[in-house]
Amino acid sequence: MDVSDQLRILSQINDIPSLAQKIREINMFPLCAKGIDILQINTGRCCNLSCRHCHVDAGPHRTEVMSRPVLDKCLEILSSFPISTIDITGGSPEMNPHLEWFIGEASQLNRRLIVRSNLTLLLTESYRHFMDVFAKNKVEIVTSLPDYLEAKSDRQRGAGTFHKVIEALRELNSMGYGMKNSGLCIDIVHNPVGAYLPGSQAALEHEYHERLEVEQGVHFNQLFCLTNIPIGRYLDYLIASGNFDDYLSELCQSFNPDAVKNVMCLTTLSAGWDGSLYDCDFNQMLDLTVNHGAPKNIMNFDMDKLKNREVVINNHCYGCVAGCGSSCQGATTAGD
Amino acid sequence: MSYYEPKDLADFPNITEWAKKEGNKFFEYYGAATGAGKLTEREKSLIALTVAITQNCPYCIDAYTTKCMSLGISSEEMMEAAHTGAAMMAGVTLAHTTQIRKIIKKKEM
Repeated sequence: MDVSDQLRILSQINDIPSLAQKIREINMFPLCAKGIDILQINTGRCCNLSCRHCHVDAGPHRTEVMSRPVLDKCLEILSSFPISTIDITGGSPEMNPHLEWFIGEASQLNRRLIVRSNLTLLLTESYRHFMDVFAKNKVEIVTSLPDYLEAKSDRQRGAGTFHKVIEALRELNSMGYGMKNSGLCIDIVHNPVGAYLPGSQAALEHEYHERLEVEQGVHFNQLFCLTNIPIGRYLDYLIASGNFDDYLSELCQSFNPDAVKNVMCLTTLSAGWDGSLYDCDFNQMLDLTVNHGAPKNIMNFDMDKLKNREVVINNHCYGCVAGCGSSCQGATTAGD
Repeated sequence: MSYYEPKDLADFPNITEWAKKEGNKFFEYYGAATGAGKLTEREKSLIALTVAITQNCPYCIDAYTTKCMSLGISSEEMMEAAHTGAAMMAGVTLAHTTQIRKIIKKKEM
Protein backbone atom coordinates (compact mmCIF):
# COMPACT_ATOMS: atom_id res chain seq x y z
CA MET A 1 0.00 0.00 0.00
CA ASP A 2 1.47 3.38 -0.87
CA VAL A 3 2.12 6.06 1.70
CA SER A 4 -0.83 8.29 0.82
CA ASP A 5 -3.24 5.36 1.24
CA GLN A 6 -1.70 4.49 4.60
CA LEU A 7 -2.06 8.05 5.83
CA ARG A 8 -5.64 8.20 4.58
CA ILE A 9 -6.56 5.01 6.42
CA LEU A 10 -4.85 6.23 9.59
CA SER A 11 -6.88 9.43 9.46
CA GLN A 12 -10.18 7.52 9.22
CA ILE A 13 -10.42 6.00 12.66
CA ASN A 14 -14.14 6.57 13.24
CA ASP A 15 -14.98 7.40 16.85
CA ILE A 16 -11.38 7.17 18.10
CA PRO A 17 -9.95 10.58 18.95
CA SER A 18 -6.82 11.61 17.08
CA LEU A 19 -3.56 11.22 18.99
CA ALA A 20 -3.05 14.98 18.79
CA GLN A 21 -6.35 15.41 20.62
CA LYS A 22 -5.34 12.91 23.32
CA ILE A 23 -2.04 14.72 23.83
CA ARG A 24 -3.85 18.05 24.04
CA GLU A 25 -6.07 16.59 26.76
CA ILE A 26 -2.99 15.98 28.93
CA ASN A 27 -1.55 19.42 28.09
CA MET A 28 1.52 18.06 26.33
CA PHE A 29 0.81 19.30 22.81
CA PRO A 30 2.89 20.05 20.84
CA LEU A 31 5.55 17.48 21.56
CA CYS A 32 8.99 19.05 21.34
CA ALA A 33 12.35 17.31 21.23
CA LYS A 34 14.66 17.55 24.24
CA GLY A 35 17.92 17.19 22.38
CA ILE A 36 19.41 14.43 20.25
CA ASP A 37 20.73 11.45 22.23
CA ILE A 38 20.29 8.90 19.46
CA LEU A 39 21.11 9.23 15.78
CA GLN A 40 19.33 6.38 14.05
CA ILE A 41 20.72 5.75 10.60
CA ASN A 42 18.70 3.71 8.14
CA THR A 43 21.36 2.47 5.75
CA GLY A 44 18.94 1.09 3.19
CA ARG A 45 15.82 -0.94 2.60
CA CYS A 46 17.28 -4.03 0.99
CA CYS A 47 16.95 -7.15 3.14
CA ASN A 48 17.33 -10.90 2.65
CA LEU A 49 14.01 -11.40 4.49
CA SER A 50 10.47 -10.12 3.84
CA CYS A 51 8.86 -10.28 7.28
CA ARG A 52 5.09 -9.98 7.49
CA HIS A 53 5.21 -7.23 10.12
CA CYS A 54 7.97 -5.15 8.52
CA HIS A 55 7.18 -1.42 8.67
CA VAL A 56 9.95 -0.74 6.16
CA ASP A 57 8.48 -3.03 3.53
CA ALA A 58 12.04 -4.25 3.20
CA GLY A 59 13.05 -7.20 1.07
CA PRO A 60 15.43 -8.44 -1.60
CA HIS A 61 13.61 -6.31 -4.18
CA ARG A 62 14.46 -2.97 -2.55
CA THR A 63 17.30 -0.95 -4.02
CA GLU A 64 17.57 2.10 -1.74
CA VAL A 65 21.05 2.31 -0.18
CA MET A 66 22.64 5.09 1.84
CA SER A 67 25.59 6.56 -0.03
CA ARG A 68 29.09 7.22 1.23
CA PRO A 69 28.63 11.04 1.25
CA VAL A 70 25.56 10.72 3.49
CA LEU A 71 27.44 8.36 5.82
CA ASP A 72 30.37 10.79 5.84
CA LYS A 73 27.99 13.54 6.90
CA CYS A 74 26.67 11.33 9.71
CA LEU A 75 30.23 10.87 10.97
CA GLU A 76 30.91 14.59 10.76
CA ILE A 77 27.83 15.32 12.88
CA LEU A 78 28.63 12.58 15.37
CA SER A 79 32.17 13.95 15.72
CA SER A 80 30.85 17.46 16.33
CA PHE A 81 28.11 16.77 18.87
CA PRO A 82 27.86 14.59 21.98
CA ILE A 83 25.20 12.26 20.60
CA SER A 84 25.50 9.24 22.86
CA THR A 85 24.04 6.46 20.69
CA ILE A 86 24.57 5.51 17.06
CA ASP A 87 21.77 3.18 16.01
CA ILE A 88 22.23 1.56 12.60
CA THR A 89 19.19 -0.06 11.04
CA GLY A 90 17.73 -1.09 7.67
CA GLY A 91 16.70 -3.36 5.80
CA SER A 92 19.75 -5.42 6.53
CA PRO A 93 22.48 -2.91 7.35
CA GLU A 94 25.08 -5.47 6.28
CA MET A 95 23.83 -5.16 2.70
CA ASN A 96 25.06 -1.57 2.53
CA PRO A 97 28.52 -1.86 0.92
CA HIS A 98 29.92 0.87 3.19
CA LEU A 99 28.85 -0.65 6.50
CA GLU A 100 32.16 -2.25 7.48
CA TRP A 101 34.03 0.99 6.87
CA PHE A 102 31.36 3.00 8.71
CA ILE A 103 31.47 0.75 11.77
CA GLY A 104 35.26 1.10 11.91
CA GLU A 105 34.99 4.89 11.85
CA ALA A 106 32.01 5.12 14.20
CA SER A 107 33.57 2.83 16.81
CA GLN A 108 36.45 5.28 17.21
CA LEU A 109 33.99 7.87 18.51
CA ASN A 110 33.42 5.81 21.67
CA ARG A 111 29.65 5.99 21.63
CA ARG A 112 27.10 3.27 22.14
CA LEU A 113 27.12 1.66 18.70
CA ILE A 114 24.12 -0.48 17.77
CA VAL A 115 23.55 -2.53 14.62
CA ARG A 116 20.11 -4.03 14.08
CA SER A 117 20.86 -7.31 12.33
CA ASN A 118 18.44 -10.09 11.47
CA LEU A 119 21.37 -12.52 12.04
CA THR A 120 20.26 -14.91 9.30
CA LEU A 121 22.42 -13.06 6.78
CA LEU A 122 25.49 -13.65 8.97
CA LEU A 123 25.32 -17.38 8.21
CA THR A 124 25.99 -16.77 4.53
CA GLU A 125 29.54 -16.84 3.22
CA SER A 126 29.52 -13.26 1.92
CA TYR A 127 28.45 -11.77 5.24
CA ARG A 128 29.89 -14.14 7.86
CA HIS A 129 32.88 -11.82 8.46
CA PHE A 130 30.52 -9.27 10.01
CA MET A 131 30.45 -11.36 13.19
CA ASP A 132 34.14 -10.50 13.63
CA VAL A 133 33.61 -6.90 12.53
CA PHE A 134 30.90 -6.48 15.15
CA ALA A 135 32.95 -8.10 17.92
CA LYS A 136 36.14 -6.21 17.10
CA ASN A 137 34.31 -2.89 17.21
CA LYS A 138 32.23 -3.76 20.31
CA VAL A 139 29.01 -3.32 18.36
CA GLU A 140 25.85 -3.96 20.36
CA ILE A 141 23.73 -6.27 18.20
CA VAL A 142 19.96 -5.99 18.33
CA THR A 143 18.10 -8.77 16.61
CA SER A 144 14.49 -9.68 16.09
CA LEU A 145 13.02 -12.89 17.48
CA PRO A 146 9.27 -12.28 17.74
CA ASP A 147 8.65 -15.38 19.83
CA TYR A 148 10.55 -18.15 21.59
CA LEU A 149 8.29 -20.62 19.85
CA GLU A 150 9.59 -21.59 16.43
CA ALA A 151 6.18 -21.89 14.75
CA LYS A 152 5.02 -18.44 15.83
CA SER A 153 8.28 -16.75 15.03
CA ASP A 154 8.43 -18.33 11.57
CA ARG A 155 4.84 -17.33 10.81
CA GLN A 156 5.99 -13.73 11.02
CA ARG A 157 9.50 -13.90 9.59
CA GLY A 158 9.39 -16.80 7.17
CA ALA A 159 10.00 -20.55 7.40
CA GLY A 160 13.38 -21.52 8.78
CA THR A 161 14.35 -18.11 10.17
CA PHE A 162 13.97 -19.16 13.82
CA HIS A 163 16.56 -21.92 13.46
CA LYS A 164 18.93 -19.63 11.59
CA VAL A 165 18.71 -16.99 14.30
CA ILE A 166 19.38 -19.63 16.96
CA GLU A 167 22.35 -20.96 14.98
CA ALA A 168 23.80 -17.47 14.63
CA LEU A 169 23.18 -16.78 18.32
CA ARG A 170 25.14 -19.93 19.21
CA GLU A 171 28.10 -18.73 17.14
CA LEU A 172 27.91 -15.24 18.61
CA ASN A 173 27.67 -16.71 22.14
CA SER A 174 30.86 -18.65 21.45
CA MET A 175 32.54 -15.33 20.61
CA GLY A 176 31.34 -13.85 23.90
CA TYR A 177 28.16 -12.13 22.76
CA GLY A 178 25.45 -12.36 25.41
CA MET A 179 27.87 -13.85 27.93
CA LYS A 180 28.53 -12.30 31.33
CA ASN A 181 31.43 -9.84 31.61
CA SER A 182 32.39 -10.21 27.93
CA GLY A 183 31.54 -6.61 27.09
CA LEU A 184 29.70 -7.88 24.01
CA CYS A 185 25.95 -7.35 24.09
CA ILE A 186 23.25 -8.91 22.02
CA ASP A 187 19.67 -7.90 22.66
CA ILE A 188 16.49 -9.46 21.32
CA VAL A 189 13.42 -7.64 20.05
CA HIS A 190 10.05 -9.19 20.80
CA ASN A 191 6.96 -8.01 19.01
CA PRO A 192 3.55 -9.66 19.04
CA VAL A 193 2.80 -12.17 16.31
CA GLY A 194 -0.68 -10.85 15.71
CA ALA A 195 -3.08 -8.05 16.56
CA TYR A 196 -2.36 -7.51 20.24
CA LEU A 197 0.00 -5.49 22.41
CA PRO A 198 3.13 -6.85 24.05
CA GLY A 199 2.86 -7.78 27.73
CA SER A 200 5.19 -6.92 30.57
CA GLN A 201 8.75 -6.64 29.27
CA ALA A 202 10.17 -7.97 32.55
CA ALA A 203 7.90 -11.04 32.46
CA LEU A 204 8.63 -11.74 28.81
CA GLU A 205 12.37 -11.25 29.26
CA HIS A 206 12.34 -13.79 32.08
CA GLU A 207 10.44 -16.27 29.90
CA TYR A 208 12.71 -15.72 26.89
CA HIS A 209 15.81 -16.33 29.01
CA GLU A 210 14.31 -19.51 30.47
CA ARG A 211 13.12 -20.92 27.18
CA LEU A 212 16.10 -19.98 25.03
CA GLU A 213 18.64 -21.19 27.58
CA VAL A 214 16.89 -24.46 28.41
CA GLU A 215 15.43 -25.35 25.02
CA GLN A 216 18.02 -23.86 22.65
CA GLY A 217 21.13 -23.36 24.77
CA VAL A 218 21.56 -19.73 23.74
CA HIS A 219 22.08 -16.57 25.75
CA PHE A 220 21.31 -12.90 25.27
CA ASN A 221 21.38 -9.71 27.30
CA GLN A 222 18.15 -7.73 27.24
CA LEU A 223 14.73 -8.16 25.68
CA PHE A 224 13.14 -5.14 24.05
CA CYS A 225 9.35 -5.32 23.66
CA LEU A 226 8.06 -3.40 20.67
CA THR A 227 4.46 -2.70 19.85
CA ASN A 228 3.65 -3.26 16.20
CA ILE A 229 3.02 0.14 14.65
CA PRO A 230 0.04 0.12 12.27
CA ILE A 231 1.91 1.00 9.09
CA GLY A 232 3.55 -0.88 6.22
CA ARG A 233 2.99 -4.62 5.93
CA TYR A 234 1.55 -4.78 9.43
CA LEU A 235 -1.17 -2.34 8.40
CA ASP A 236 -1.91 -4.57 5.39
CA TYR A 237 -2.23 -7.51 7.79
CA LEU A 238 -4.54 -5.63 10.17
CA ILE A 239 -6.87 -4.69 7.34
CA ALA A 240 -6.83 -8.09 5.62
CA SER A 241 -7.53 -9.91 8.91
CA GLY A 242 -10.33 -7.51 9.93
CA ASN A 243 -8.40 -6.36 13.00
CA PHE A 244 -7.68 -2.73 12.09
CA ASP A 245 -10.53 -1.05 14.00
CA ASP A 246 -10.11 -3.20 17.10
CA TYR A 247 -6.34 -2.74 17.13
CA LEU A 248 -6.61 1.04 16.87
CA SER A 249 -9.24 1.01 19.62
CA GLU A 250 -6.98 -1.04 21.84
CA LEU A 251 -4.07 1.32 21.23
CA CYS A 252 -6.28 4.29 22.09
CA GLN A 253 -7.74 2.66 25.20
CA SER A 254 -4.21 1.81 26.35
CA PHE A 255 -3.00 5.42 25.91
CA ASN A 256 -0.46 6.06 28.65
CA PRO A 257 0.50 9.68 29.50
CA ASP A 258 3.73 8.46 31.14
CA ALA A 259 4.74 6.88 27.85
CA VAL A 260 4.21 10.23 26.13
CA LYS A 261 6.78 11.76 28.48
CA ASN A 262 9.33 9.13 27.43
CA VAL A 263 8.48 8.71 23.76
CA MET A 264 11.64 8.11 21.74
CA CYS A 265 11.15 10.89 19.20
CA LEU A 266 11.91 13.40 21.96
CA THR A 267 15.54 12.28 21.98
CA THR A 268 16.01 10.58 18.58
CA LEU A 269 16.76 11.82 15.11
CA SER A 270 16.31 9.39 12.24
CA ALA A 271 18.21 9.66 8.94
CA GLY A 272 16.91 7.96 5.83
CA TRP A 273 18.98 6.36 3.08
CA ASP A 274 18.94 9.61 1.04
CA GLY A 275 19.79 11.81 4.02
CA SER A 276 16.21 12.91 4.72
CA LEU A 277 15.58 13.55 8.40
CA TYR A 278 12.68 12.21 10.43
CA ASP A 279 11.54 12.07 14.03
CA CYS A 280 11.66 8.25 13.94
CA ASP A 281 12.02 5.29 11.60
CA PHE A 282 8.21 4.91 11.42
CA ASN A 283 7.69 8.48 10.23
CA GLN A 284 10.46 7.75 7.75
CA MET A 285 8.38 5.00 6.15
CA LEU A 286 5.42 7.38 5.87
CA ASP A 287 7.58 10.10 4.27
CA LEU A 288 6.82 12.38 7.22
CA THR A 289 10.05 14.36 7.39
CA VAL A 290 10.88 16.66 10.30
CA ASN A 291 8.91 19.85 10.01
CA HIS A 292 8.19 23.13 11.74
CA GLY A 293 11.32 24.86 10.45
CA ALA A 294 13.84 22.07 11.03
CA PRO A 295 16.10 21.16 8.08
CA LYS A 296 14.74 18.20 6.16
CA ASN A 297 18.05 16.74 5.01
CA ILE A 298 21.17 15.79 6.93
CA MET A 299 23.29 17.78 4.47
CA ASN A 300 21.72 20.89 6.00
CA PHE A 301 22.07 19.66 9.58
CA ASP A 302 21.53 22.42 12.13
CA MET A 303 21.60 21.28 15.75
CA ASP A 304 20.01 24.49 17.02
CA LYS A 305 16.99 23.98 14.79
CA LEU A 306 16.74 20.25 15.39
CA LYS A 307 17.37 19.78 19.10
CA ASN A 308 14.08 21.33 20.25
CA ARG A 309 12.08 20.84 17.07
CA GLU A 310 8.36 20.17 17.22
CA VAL A 311 7.78 16.49 16.54
CA VAL A 312 5.55 15.40 13.67
CA ILE A 313 2.83 13.08 14.99
CA ASN A 314 0.04 11.10 13.42
CA ASN A 315 -2.31 8.38 14.56
CA HIS A 316 0.23 5.56 14.01
CA CYS A 317 2.14 7.15 16.92
CA TYR A 318 -0.49 5.67 19.27
CA GLY A 319 1.68 2.54 19.05
CA CYS A 320 4.56 4.20 20.91
CA VAL A 321 2.42 5.57 23.76
CA ALA A 322 0.12 2.62 24.45
CA GLY A 323 0.49 0.31 27.43
CA CYS A 324 4.02 0.27 28.77
CA GLY A 325 5.16 2.45 25.85
CA SER A 326 7.27 1.24 22.97
CA SER A 327 10.51 2.38 21.40
CA CYS A 328 13.47 0.95 19.51
CA GLN A 329 14.96 0.42 23.00
CA GLY A 330 11.87 -1.45 24.21
CA ALA A 331 9.26 -0.43 26.78
CA THR A 332 9.47 3.17 27.95
CA THR A 333 7.75 2.83 31.33
CA ALA A 334 8.11 0.31 34.12
CA GLY A 335 4.53 -0.89 33.56
CA ASP A 336 2.16 -2.05 36.24
CA MET B 1 -28.02 -6.54 18.68
CA SER B 2 -26.60 -8.83 21.31
CA TYR B 3 -26.55 -8.20 25.05
CA TYR B 4 -22.83 -8.91 24.85
CA GLU B 5 -20.94 -6.62 22.47
CA PRO B 6 -17.13 -6.71 22.18
CA LYS B 7 -16.92 -2.94 22.43
CA ASP B 8 -18.59 -3.11 25.86
CA LEU B 9 -15.33 -4.46 27.24
CA ALA B 10 -13.95 -0.95 27.00
CA ASP B 11 -16.72 0.17 29.38
CA PHE B 12 -15.35 -1.95 32.23
CA PRO B 13 -13.38 0.93 33.81
CA ASN B 14 -16.69 2.85 34.02
CA ILE B 15 -18.29 0.48 36.52
CA THR B 16 -17.35 3.11 39.10
CA GLU B 17 -20.21 5.23 37.74
CA TRP B 18 -22.79 5.82 40.50
CA ALA B 19 -20.71 3.77 42.91
CA LYS B 20 -17.35 5.48 42.86
CA LYS B 21 -16.10 4.53 46.31
CA GLU B 22 -16.94 0.85 45.99
CA GLY B 23 -15.79 0.74 42.35
CA ASN B 24 -12.42 2.27 43.18
CA LYS B 25 -11.94 -0.17 46.03
CA PHE B 26 -12.77 -3.02 43.67
CA PHE B 27 -10.16 -1.88 41.13
CA GLU B 28 -7.55 -1.47 43.85
CA TYR B 29 -8.26 -5.02 45.00
CA TYR B 30 -8.44 -6.34 41.43
CA GLY B 31 -5.06 -4.84 40.58
CA ALA B 32 -3.46 -6.26 43.71
CA ALA B 33 -4.99 -9.70 43.23
CA THR B 34 -4.13 -10.10 39.55
CA GLY B 35 -0.65 -8.51 39.54
CA ALA B 36 2.56 -10.46 40.03
CA GLY B 37 3.12 -11.66 43.59
CA LYS B 38 4.39 -15.04 44.72
CA LEU B 39 2.63 -16.26 41.59
CA THR B 40 3.79 -14.74 38.32
CA GLU B 41 1.61 -12.59 36.08
CA ARG B 42 1.59 -15.49 33.60
CA GLU B 43 0.31 -17.96 36.17
CA LYS B 44 -2.37 -15.57 37.38
CA SER B 45 -3.46 -14.81 33.84
CA LEU B 46 -3.96 -18.51 33.14
CA ILE B 47 -5.98 -18.85 36.35
CA ALA B 48 -8.06 -15.84 35.34
CA LEU B 49 -8.62 -17.24 31.85
CA THR B 50 -9.70 -20.57 33.30
CA VAL B 51 -12.17 -18.93 35.67
CA ALA B 52 -13.45 -16.78 32.79
CA ILE B 53 -14.19 -19.78 30.59
CA THR B 54 -15.79 -21.81 33.35
CA GLN B 55 -17.99 -18.84 34.28
CA ASN B 56 -18.88 -18.12 30.63
CA CYS B 57 -17.86 -14.45 30.78
CA PRO B 58 -17.23 -13.31 27.19
CA TYR B 59 -15.59 -10.06 28.33
CA CYS B 60 -13.11 -11.86 30.56
CA ILE B 61 -12.41 -14.54 27.94
CA ASP B 62 -11.62 -11.80 25.40
CA ALA B 63 -9.48 -9.80 27.84
CA TYR B 64 -7.53 -12.73 29.27
CA THR B 65 -6.97 -14.59 26.00
CA THR B 66 -5.42 -11.40 24.69
CA LYS B 67 -3.45 -10.88 27.88
CA CYS B 68 -2.15 -14.45 27.77
CA MET B 69 -1.03 -13.91 24.16
CA SER B 70 0.68 -10.67 25.21
CA LEU B 71 2.58 -12.53 27.89
CA GLY B 72 3.81 -15.13 25.41
CA ILE B 73 1.56 -17.91 26.67
CA SER B 74 1.09 -20.41 23.88
CA SER B 75 -2.22 -21.66 22.45
CA GLU B 76 -1.38 -25.11 23.81
CA GLU B 77 -0.85 -23.75 27.33
CA MET B 78 -4.16 -21.88 27.22
CA MET B 79 -6.01 -24.97 26.01
CA GLU B 80 -4.33 -27.05 28.70
CA ALA B 81 -5.57 -24.57 31.30
CA ALA B 82 -9.05 -24.68 29.75
CA HIS B 83 -9.08 -28.47 30.10
CA THR B 84 -8.08 -28.15 33.74
CA GLY B 85 -11.09 -25.86 34.16
CA ALA B 86 -13.31 -28.23 32.23
CA ALA B 87 -12.15 -31.18 34.32
CA MET B 88 -12.78 -29.20 37.50
CA MET B 89 -16.27 -28.31 36.32
CA ALA B 90 -16.96 -31.95 35.48
CA GLY B 91 -15.54 -32.98 38.83
CA VAL B 92 -17.61 -30.41 40.67
CA THR B 93 -20.72 -31.67 38.86
CA LEU B 94 -19.99 -35.32 39.49
CA ALA B 95 -19.00 -34.73 43.11
CA HIS B 96 -22.52 -33.45 43.66
CA THR B 97 -23.88 -36.81 42.54
CA THR B 98 -23.02 -37.81 46.08
CA GLN B 99 -26.13 -35.87 47.07
CA ILE B 100 -28.19 -37.76 44.47
CA ARG B 101 -26.89 -41.07 45.66
CA LYS B 102 -27.31 -40.18 49.32
CA ILE B 103 -30.93 -39.13 48.82
CA ILE B 104 -31.74 -42.18 46.68
CA LYS B 105 -30.23 -44.49 49.26
CA LYS B 106 -32.10 -42.80 52.07
CA LYS B 107 -35.49 -42.75 50.39
CA GLU B 108 -35.63 -45.94 48.36
CA MET B 109 -36.84 -49.12 49.96
